[in-house]
Amino acid sequence: MQFGIFSVSDITTDPTTGHTPSEAERIKNIVTIAKHAEEVGLDVFALGEHHNEPFFSSSPTTTLAYIAAQTDKLLLSTATTLITTNDPVKIAEDYAMLQHLSDGRVDLMMGRGNTGPVYPWFGKDIRAGIPLAIENYSLLHKLWREHVVDWQGKYRTPLQSFTSTPRPLDEVPPFVWHGSIRSPEIAEQAAFYGDGFFANHIFWPASHTQRMIELYRQRFAHYGHGDPDQAIVGLGGQVFMRKNSQDAVKEFRPYFDNAPVYGHGPSMEDFTRETPLTVGSPQQVIDRTLGFRDYVGDYQRQLFLMDHAGLPLKTVLEQLDILGEEVVPVLRKEFAALKPAHVPDAPTHASLLAKKQAKEEVSA
Amino acid sequence: MKQRTLVVVSAGLSQPSSTRLLADQLAAAAVTAAAERGIELHVRTIELRDLAHDITNHLLTGFPPGALKDALDAVAGADGLIAVSPIFTASYSGLFKSFFDVVDKDALVDKPVLIAATAGTARHSLALEHALRPLFGYLRAVVVPTSVFAASDDWGADSSDGFLQTRIVRGATELATEIDRREPATVADPFALTVSFEDLLK
Repeated sequence: MQFGIFSVSDITTDPTTGHTPSEAERIKNIVTIAKHAEEVGLDVFALGEHHNEPFFSSSPTTTLAYIAAQTDKLLLSTATTLITTNDPVKIAEDYAMLQHLSDGRVDLMMGRGNTGPVYPWFGKDIRAGIPLAIENYSLLHKLWREHVVDWQGKYRTPLQSFTSTPRPLDEVPPFVWHGSIRSPEIAEQAAFYGDGFFANHIFWPASHTQRMIELYRQRFAHYGHGDPDQAIVGLGGQVFMRKNSQDAVKEFRPYFDNAPVYGHGPSMEDFTRETPLTVGSPQQVIDRTLGFRDYVGDYQRQLFLMDHAGLPLKTVLEQLDILGEEVVPVLRKEFAALKPAHVPDAPTHASLLAKKQAKEEVSA
Repeated sequence: MKQRTLVVVSAGLSQPSSTRLLADQLAAAAVTAAAERGIELHVRTIELRDLAHDITNHLLTGFPPGALKDALDAVAGADGLIAVSPIFTASYSGLFKSFFDVVDKDALVDKPVLIAATAGTARHSLALEHALRPLFGYLRAVVVPTSVFAASDDWGADSSDGFLQTRIVRGATELATEIDRREPATVADPFALTVSFEDLLK
């Protein structure tokens, strides 16, 4: 199982000090955070994409390539790549490029983006979110698999004799996850292609995530990619830890109360009960996270949200230390012991390449 | 007897409130009118005051906390609805509107609804027609022709003419008739696929 962190790249004032990091400071910090994720033994670093303040990450492949150059094993991913407002041709090119530079340490998570004003800036309409996600991904899928593409669709200028360059590393396209909070069409899309499905998980009740994953697993089997429990599932999680749970609650509360997404709304206790947020001791985080398996089954990737809401760099690095030293080693062991042999791991470039070569040997 | 459900939404703030009083009278009249049509009406009353924090949290976080989820499911699954608001500043109360803002936009389609309101004076009575009726019209509910308004006067000595009582019975009877002519309400599964992926790809 893969463990990692995902960042939404928000620039938020620290409510306890009033300090707002500059863009330069926050951008350099995210590199430090990603490098530290590798140092503490995490597997994945995923970065969001936004085209509006207060976020910095409009150009994720630039940031991820810079991180790739300073890491060895860390798998670089997105959370999410906007499949609606980006040109699928540019996604195909950018991420194939990143694949080459990082020696295949890349996968992507597709998302629609729910910020209304962003769509028209890119000539799109949020009401067409689902059709855009379907059409754009179908083109992206083709561009990575067919050398010369002729294509015509509704949302983009037609392509004649187009070849996306560079070609995917070893002709193996990056693995793709589809992220969605509440659209069954996106679970269906992930199932149709045999791609992964990632449930954001952190802003909604568990029952909701359970239904989406259940649908994805059923449809994955329907399309002949394997049994339902062989579908590739990822989950978000949100934690804040200190040795003593009371210290964690006390320290995190001002960040929770003022957080951009849910701040000034429910109490931290309400939100902890209603969603997977866990604020407490490492052991509490271990117990809660192991419990996710009870309602989604054996899954392949767990990402935690760690750097947000104005938490200072020092605190985020401490959180990563606790995650890497005390939480993830236990989770790895426990999840592995529970997982049946026929449930696959998340695909990587190496596993996809091996699969491709095995297939070619059979056909030769 | 046919079994049907009636949900009563009351946005009164004080306890007891005249809004709740009117809601209860409407519900009782609806139960009687339904029984005359061979329908056993199961009534559930939702006090929005109890859900005020949850409603705000839903607006901020995008999902309903447990008790509100339960109330929203009850509204969506009801065979009939009675919605009663106090009139504040020339319209329904903010709490009343906020609740219906978080009701799924398709949850009330073709659902029989009786609207009612309370206020200090009869001068507010047309708020039912210019505010509540269009709101439920937007949600494509079937709002019965009679709406019931009760001012302070209607609860006092001057109410002996029985005018309010007449309107309560008339509105409740219209509601029972609409419930009677429909099949039991069905609730769409938000996680169900409604189009095939092949069609989406076209």
